[in-house]
Amino acid sequence: MSSVAAALMGFAGGMVGGLLGVGGGILFVPALAIFMDESQVRAEATSLLAIVPVAMVAVWRQLGYGNVRVREGLVIGALSPLGVGIGVVVANAVSQRALELIFGCLALVIAAQLVIRALRPPAPAKDPAPERP
Amino acid sequence: MMSTRTLKLAAIGTAAGAFSGLLGVGGGSVMVPLLIVWLGYGEREATGTSMMAIVVIAALAVTLQAFYGNVDPPNAALVGLPAIGGAIAGTALQQRLPERAISLLFAVLLVVIAVELIIP
Repeated sequence: MSSVAAALMGFAGGMVGGLLGVGGGILFVPALAIFMDESQVRAEATSLLAIVPVAMVAVWRQLGYGNVRVREGLVIGALSPLGVGIGVVVANAVSQRALELIFGCLALVIAAQLVIRALRPPAPAKDPAPERP
Repeated sequence: MMSTRTLKLAAIGTAAGAFSGLLGVGGGSVMVPLLIVWLGYGEREATGTSMMAIVVIAALAVTLQAFYGNVDPPNAALVGLPAIGGAIAGTALQQRLPERAISLLFAVLLVVIAVELIIP
């Protein structure tokens, strides 16, 4: 029964991921931790494996819709290893509760930014076109 | 000599990588807002480009986590396979929504998750 719940939450994670441009880990991690009884760090590692094919499929779809700046996406990815290394080492060094609190606070900060931005009045017409390379 | 724009992309990559490795997410929750606010991306473009970077970042992070023996492939398939169907549906739905709605939905999702995590 809990496997069914985890699979449903996986589907929801993919849907949210495709809709919002995230890998879905934000739902995969709680699905694995809550329904499959994985520790926070193990849920996170397993979530990363699930994210790879989900993101590949989402990129394929978004390429078709013309929403991907391939070069800049690859630049961001290529320049991420330093941060990835720091994050993985820290995740294995700190307590599970600390990871939960960090994750929770991060989510709140980003939510506030998005609401502020979305509720702002429309930008005036003089707003410059998005910067392009 | 890197251009300012490349330096911004590098900063976004480093921040997203750190959150990905630390929290087991792809880093999209960091990249999407930064691409919009900092580099002037439209919402849809930010989400598509974020996904491109996530492929690279999550692949790197999961490789590192595998060395710690933390990865559980059967459970990854359990959530990941249904998620592929979800991602196809989600990207299709996204094309039909106003961009502000995407931002507000993103915010609602984050608040729900934060409450779940912070309250033991």
